[in-house]
Amino acid sequence: MRIPCPHCGARGVEEFLYTQDAGVTRPKDGGAEPTKEWTDYVYMRDNLKGPRKEYWYHSAGCHAWLVVTRDVSTHEILKVELP
Amino acid sequence: MRYSAVSVIREALRGHKGWKPAWRKATPAPSYDVVIIGGGGGGLATAYYLAKNHNVGRIAVLEKGWLGNGNIGRNTTIIRSNYGLPGNTPFYELSMKLWEGLEQDINYNAMVSQRGVFNIYHSDPQRDAYARRGNTMRLHGVDAELLDREQLRREIPFLDYDNARFPVQGALVQRRGGTVRHDAVAWGYARAASDRGVDIIENCEVTGIIQENGVVMGVETTRGRIGARKLGIAVAGSSSLLANMAGFRLPIESHVLQAFVSEGLKPLIDNVITFGAGHFYISQSDKGGLVFGGDIDGYNSYAARGNLPTVEDVCEGGVALMPMIGRARLLRSWGGIMDMTMDGSPIIDFSPVKNLFINAGWCYGGFKAVPAMGYCFAHLIANEAPHKVAAAYRLDRFAEGKLIDEKGVGAQPNLH
Repeated sequence: MRIPCPHCGARGVEEFLYTQDAGVTRPKDGGAEPTKEWTDYVYMRDNLKGPRKEYWYHSAGCHAWLVVTRDVSTHEILKVELP
Repeated sequence: MRYSAVSVIREALRGHKGWKPAWRKATPAPSYDVVIIGGGGGGLATAYYLAKNHNVGRIAVLEKGWLGNGNIGRNTTIIRSNYGLPGNTPFYELSMKLWEGLEQDINYNAMVSQRGVFNIYHSDPQRDAYARRGNTMRLHGVDAELLDREQLRREIPFLDYDNARFPVQGALVQRRGGTVRHDAVAWGYARAASDRGVDIIENCEVTGIIQENGVVMGVETTRGRIGARKLGIAVAGSSSLLANMAGFRLPIESHVLQAFVSEGLKPLIDNVITFGAGHFYISQSDKGGLVFGGDIDGYNSYAARGNLPTVEDVCEGGVALMPMIGRARLLRSWGGIMDMTMDGSPIIDFSPVKNLFINAGWCYGGFKAVPAMGYCFAHLIANEAPHKVAAAYRLDRFAEGKLIDEKGVGAQPNLH
């Protein structure tokens, strides 16, 4: 798997760290009390087949955070954007 | 047909013409009392213990491919019960006890081999952590032994004891741990369940879950509609896909884990050894191949294959621990899809849909748990109450903050 970094060009996956699902949105405020909204954000995932947006960090390269759209069924990289 | 020394000799004299298929190839009936989705270790063990221990009527197991093609046939075959947290220790010890009696119980040679699991430690703090885990195990009646460097060297002389970065200081040993022939577990449970009247239906993929007013009624499959009074999901790796069909979400991400086998070698490693400074575990199969594995690749995947950097990383760990294997050639590697949960522990519980039960989230430790997951899931389905050793594996523990996080890394599935 190679990820085309907008700064560095296509690099092997060993240069990157996968961090998390970019399709979940952090609730705007609160968090002092546990709510269903926060439980869903922290723990619950769709986890379906097909394209998915995720955060990757180019740790052995330019240190940029990237939003990568990747098909989890085939490992095909469909799109790479800066967040 | 009951397997025994007599049956082996009789068939040898007859030219092996009298063996029957181990399980019936069933065709789906219009409905069952209990339908289990997933013909892997978990599903087959559940069906067997349902038929053996509980009076629930007609039972079917639906398998989308052929029996044993999923994770039950893709793992590194290790069994152990060296867990340290409440909720885990008694559960995995029940599993170990069931392994110890399994072959007599199901009349099948699963090649259960209690050859000992050695967890190597490389520093003083790691020794203290292992001693603590060993003490926890012993307080629960599980065997554990802490070896120092010289005791370990007498048993396993070939480690790189004086490695400059990660010197070997000793090991925590569970001698009752070991390996089991993984395919035989699937075949043995399938045969034993089939003999007790369970219909095992292969090449039957579930495409939808039928509900009426929040109550499960059955499933749509590639072989037609099958009614079910109760439905159990045991499809680790694909649990979220089934949950999606039923209209709820799980605290799970699917990740790929690779495993490896070397070319066949003469007997060399006669136990299970794990590297404490990296992630690497190894044993030798009866055919002579070194069977080993390491970390998951670290990104979500439904493709049952991984990438080369992980292959390199796992092999580096192995060579750092036992340099002698550096010249063995890799014969095969493969990937399986893991249900990685948000705390690294499994789920055996009711689902939000009535009469739909879920057995999921086994991360990459499901194989050792197969007998107990089947035993406890069968108990849950039949009695509609959790078995006492699996009572902590609740789906709502994430909302309640009652996580069981052995590694202590938080809600980050790729780190468990």
